Amino acid sequence: MTDFLKTALRNKSFATGFVITVIVVLMAVVSFLWTPYDVTDLDIGSKLKSPSWTHWFGTDHFGRDIFSMIMVGARNSIAVALVAVIIGVGFGVPIGCWAAARRGLLDEALMRGNDVIFAFPALLSAVMITAVFGPGAINAIIAIGIFNIPVFARLARGAALSLWPRDFIMAARSAGKSSTRITVEHIVPNMANLLIVQATIAFALGIIQEAGLAYVGLGTQPPLPSWGKMLNEAQTMMSFAPHMAIIPGLAIVITVLGLNLLGDGLRDVLDPRLTRKRD
Amino acid sequence: MRTLKRLLAAALVTTAIAPATMLGTALAAKTSLIMGMVLEPPHLDPTAGAPAAIDEVVYANVFEGLTRIGSKGEVMPGLAASWDISEDGKTYTFNLRQGVSYHDGSAFDAEDVKFSLDRARAEGSTNAQKALFAGIESVTAKDANTVVVQLKSPAGNFLFNMGWGDAVIVAPETAEGNKANPVGTGPFKFGSWVKGSAVNLVKNDAYWGTPVALEKATFRFISDPAAALSAMLAGDVDAFANFPAPETIPQLQADPRFKVVIGSTEGETILSTNNTKPPFNDVRVRRAIAHAIDRQAIIDGAMFGLGTPIGTHFAPHHPAYVDLVNQYPMDLEGAKKLLAEAGYPEGFKATLKLPPPSYARRGGEIVASQLRKIGIDLEIIPVEWGVWVPEVFKAKDYDLTIVSHTEPMDIGIYARGEYYFNYSSDAFKDTIAKLNETTAEADRYKLMAQAQTIITGDAVNGFMFQLAKAGVWNAKVNGLWENSPVQANDLTGVSWSD
Amino acid sequence: MLLFLVRKTLWAAATLAVASVLVFAALEIVPGDPAQVMLGINATDEAVSALRQDLGLNKPVLERYFSWVLGMLQGDFGKSYTYSVPVNELVADRVTISLPLALLSLFISTAIAIPVGLYAAARRGSLADTGIMALSQIGIAIPNFWFALLLVYFLAIWLQLVPAGGFPGWEAGFLIALKSLLLPAVSLALPQAAILSRVTRSALLETLGEDYIRTARAKGLSRRATIWKHALRNAMIPVLTILGLQFAYLLAGTIIIENVFYLPGLGRLVFQAISLRDLIVVESVVMMLVATIIVINLMVDLAYLWVDPRLRHRQS
Repeated sequence: MTDFLKTALRNKSFATGFVITVIVVLMAVVSFLWTPYDVTDLDIGSKLKSPSWTHWFGTDHFGRDIFSMIMVGARNSIAVALVAVIIGVGFGVPIGCWAAARRGLLDEALMRGNDVIFAFPALLSAVMITAVFGPGAINAIIAIGIFNIPVFARLARGAALSLWPRDFIMAARSAGKSSTRITVEHIVPNMANLLIVQATIAFALGIIQEAGLAYVGLGTQPPLPSWGKMLNEAQTMMSFAPHMAIIPGLAIVITVLGLNLLGDGLRDVLDPRLTRKRD
Repeated sequence: MRTLKRLLAAALVTTAIAPATMLGTALAAKTSLIMGMVLEPPHLDPTAGAPAAIDEVVYANVFEGLTRIGSKGEVMPGLAASWDISEDGKTYTFNLRQGVSYHDGSAFDAEDVKFSLDRARAEGSTNAQKALFAGIESVTAKDANTVVVQLKSPAGNFLFNMGWGDAVIVAPETAEGNKANPVGTGPFKFGSWVKGSAVNLVKNDAYWGTPVALEKATFRFISDPAAALSAMLAGDVDAFANFPAPETIPQLQADPRFKVVIGSTEGETILSTNNTKPPFNDVRVRRAIAHAIDRQAIIDGAMFGLGTPIGTHFAPHHPAYVDLVNQYPMDLEGAKKLLAEAGYPEGFKATLKLPPPSYARRGGEIVASQLRKIGIDLEIIPVEWGVWVPEVFKAKDYDLTIVSHTEPMDIGIYARGEYYFNYSSDAFKDTIAKLNETTAEADRYKLMAQAQTIITGDAVNGFMFQLAKAGVWNAKVNGLWENSPVQANDLTGVSWSD
Repeated sequence: MLLFLVRKTLWAAATLAVASVLVFAALEIVPGDPAQVMLGINATDEAVSALRQDLGLNKPVLERYFSWVLGMLQGDFGKSYTYSVPVNELVADRVTISLPLALLSLFISTAIAIPVGLYAAARRGSLADTGIMALSQIGIAIPNFWFALLLVYFLAIWLQLVPAGGFPGWEAGFLIALKSLLLPAVSLALPQAAILSRVTRSALLETLGEDYIRTARAKGLSRRATIWKHALRNAMIPVLTILGLQFAYLLAGTIIIENVFYLPGLGRLVFQAISLRDLIVVESVVMMLVATIIVINLMVDLAYLWVDPRLRHRQS
C-alpha cells in the first residue's frame, strides 16, 4: 500500500486530488468530535457577520458559524455520495457480471432494464422519488444511487465480457470451477481498477447531485447543515452577505475537483496501458 | 470598487450586450401594471377553490359580490347598492345596482344572485367556504333588482361574509367556464393566461362604476424569493403586494425607486399543537413550551424583524385585541420545572411538520432550537401543502406544526372540537356561541376578549406573531392596498404618477 | 440495416411500455390527494369527494392506467386537474422555452468546447493544452446552479446588464426574449462545455494513434491535413454520444436552473405539478421526456452508422 502511494503520488493529478480529498475527509471526521461552534445552536443576535477571526467564514442568517457548518456539511456530502456509490456498485456490478456470465436472454433482459432507467431524466426522477417518500438524506441517497446502478452494470458487463475469453479464465473453467466462482475469484479482481476509477467519478458526481437536491429543498433536512441547502438560503442574501453563497459553493467545487483529479490520477497510475495510449 | 464596477459595466455594454438599450421604457404615463405574486392560482374561479391566489387575481378586479371589503376591512356596498335588515336580524333585503352587465355583455339581475348563492350552498357544491352560506335559509328574487335572503338565525358577520371572494356573483350561463375563462362584472376583463407565468387582465370599458385608470394589469407568478428580488430590482415587476423575501426589505427600503410599506395581515402565525396527543394533552407541557419560545428571536431570525408578537389568536390591529404576550414570559427554568411536574424531567422527543412558506421553515428551525434548550427534541419534517392538508389538517396526524391562519376573525375555529388542534373547552364554546348571537359592538368586543383569554390560559397553541405584509412597489404607483383585510389585490384605485 | 432499425424501434417501444408502468405506479403511491389540495383546508369532505368524482379519480387503478395509455397512443395526454386544460397545451407553451434554451446552451457549449478541444489535442503537451485541461477540470467541478447564482449576482444585480430572470415571452421581441435566455443558457453550457472539450480532445488523440492515421501520415499527408481529412470524422463518434446525452439532459434536467431564473419551462411544470399533486401532468410530461430521450438515443445510434461506415457493415 505504501509502495503504491509512493508511486502514485509522483503523478501530479493524483497527488493534488489526494491532498484535497484527505483534507475534506479529515474535516468531516473532525466534525464528529469538535467544531468551533455548535451548528444547531442559533444565535440570532450575531447573524450575517462577515468572515473575521472569531468566525473564519462568517455567520449565516441564524448567526451560525459557517466554518462549522462547512465541516458538518462535508460529513453529509461525503456520506450521501458514498452510500449512493455503494448502492451503484453493490447492485450494478453483480448485475453486470451475471449478465456477462450467462449471456443470452437474461443478458438482454438485464441490459434493457438498464436502458429503462437510463431513459429517465435523472434529476426529474430524483425529484419524483423525494415527492413519493418525502425529502431527506436517505431518500436523496436512494434517488442518486438508483442512477448509479446502470452505470456500474454496463461497465462491469463490458469488462467481464472482455475477460471471459482470456486464457486464464479458460483454464479456470476447464478446472471445473463454477461461473459464479470464476466471477468472484477472477473476473471481479481483474476489473477492480476500472471500478475504482468509475467509483471516484460517481462519488464526485454524487456530491454535485446531492447539493442540487438540497438546493431545491429535497436533500438533508435541518437542523443538520448541508452545502446545497446553505446555497439555497444564501440566495436572497447575496447582495448583503455574499460570503454565504460563495463559501459553500467553493467547498463543493474544491471537493469535486479533488475527487476528479484523484480519479484521473488513479486511472493513469492503475492502468499504464491506458496512459501510454493517451499520450 | 465603484469605478471598477462602472468600467466593467461600460466595457460589457459597449462590447457585448447592446440590446440592453432597447428596453428603454415609454415615457408617457403608464397605464399598465405588472404585479408579482408568489403562487399561481390553480384556476380563476373563486367560488370553486380555496387558494388565496385565486382571490388575489380576480377579487374586486374581475368578480364582485353583493358587498365588498375595503382596504381597512370595512364592509362597503358592492353589487348591492344598499340593504335593509329586519328587526330580528334574520331577513336581509338587498337593493341591487342597475345597468350592470357581465363581460360577455349579458345583463346582471336578481336571478343571478339567487343562482350564485344557491349554487354555493347546494349539495355537491365545490365551494371551499360552504360554511359562509350554511346560515342561509332561503334566497328569493323579489324583482329584477331586489333580493331577499332569509337566515336561519341572526348572524353578526353576514354582510362581511358576503364580501368574501367565495361569495361573488356569477352568471348561470358562464359559471362552469369561470375556471379557465372568468366572466364577472368587475372593472377588469380576463385577457389571457400564460400557464406557469402570468395572467393578463384588460380594462372593462363597459364597467358600471368609476372606470379604472389602468388599461392592462398583469399578475406574474414568481415563487422563488431570490427571483422575486431580482425581478423587482430589474424592473420586470412593478409591485409585490406581499414580498416573499423579508431579508431583502432593508435593501429595497434604501432604494429610492421603491416604496416599501409594512402593513399587517390577518395571519396569526402559530405553533399549532395537537391537544389530545400525549404529552401535549397536558396543559403544563403546553405552558412550558410557551415559556420557552422567544418570539422576538423568531421574528428577527425568520422574518428579519417583520411581524408583531402575539399572545393569543387575534389580530393586534383589531380594537378587541388583548395583549397577552407577557402571560408566559421567557423562562427556561420555569419551563423545565413545568415539564418535570408533567412527568418529563428529561424532556421528550416529538415531530414538527413544516409546510413550505419561509415563516414556517425558518421559524421551525428556530423553534426547534429554542425547545431543545428545555429538553424537547424536535424532528423537523418538511411537507408540501399537498401532504400537510390531508395528514396534518384532516387526519390530525402530527405533534406540532407551524402555520399562519390568514382568515380574518377566525378565533371561532377553537370552538370547533374537530378542528385540527383537537382543542375542546366548554367555556370557550359558550363564549363563541354567545358571540354569534350578539350584535351590539361593545358586547361583542367583551366576548372576543374573553375568548382570547381562555385560549391563552389553556396555552392551546404556541402563539408567535402576526404575519406582516411587506408591500414593495414602484414609487410611482399609487393606490395599492397597504394592509390586507382580505386576500385580494384590489387594483380599482391604482394609477401611475406622471 | 433495416433489421437493425426495426429491432431498435421495438426495443424503444418496450422500454416505453415499462417506463409507463413505473411512472404510473410511482405516482399512485404519492401521498396527498389532488382534490384536497385544490380545495384547501376549509373544504368540506363532500366538496372534495364531488371534485374527485369530477376528475375521475374514483375509478379503479387499472381502468385509469389503460385509459391514460390509450389516450397517449392517440396523442391525448389528458387534462390537467389544476388548470383544467389539456396537458398537450401546457407542454406546447413550455416547450417554446425549454427547447430554445436547450438548443442555445448546446450551441454555446459546442461552439466553445469543440474548437478548444481540437486545439488542445493538436497542441498536446503545450502550455495552452495544460491550461485548457486545468480549466476544464475546474469547469466540471462547478455546480451549474452555483455558477448561475454568481452570474446573476455580478451581471444582473451588480452591473444590471441582463435581466435577472423571468421570460417576457417571444411576443416581446426575439432579441429581448433571447436575452433573457442568455444567462440560463450560459450557466447550463459551462459545465457541459468542460466535459465536451475533454471528450473532444481525447477522442481526437485516440484516433490520431490509430493505424490508418499513421498510414496516412506515412503517405506524406501533413498533420493538419490528416486531422481534417481523416481523424475528425472518427473522433466525432464519442463527441456525438456525449452531445446526445447532453441534449437529453438539457431538455429535462434544467429544473434547478429554471428555478434560479424563474423560467416557466418543462422542468418547472413538472416540479409545480408534483407539489400540486396534478398527477396527470407529471405522468404525461415524464413520459414525453422519456420518449424524447429514447428517440434521441436512437438518433445517436443512427448517426454512428452515418459517421462510421465500418459499423454500418457490422450491424447488417
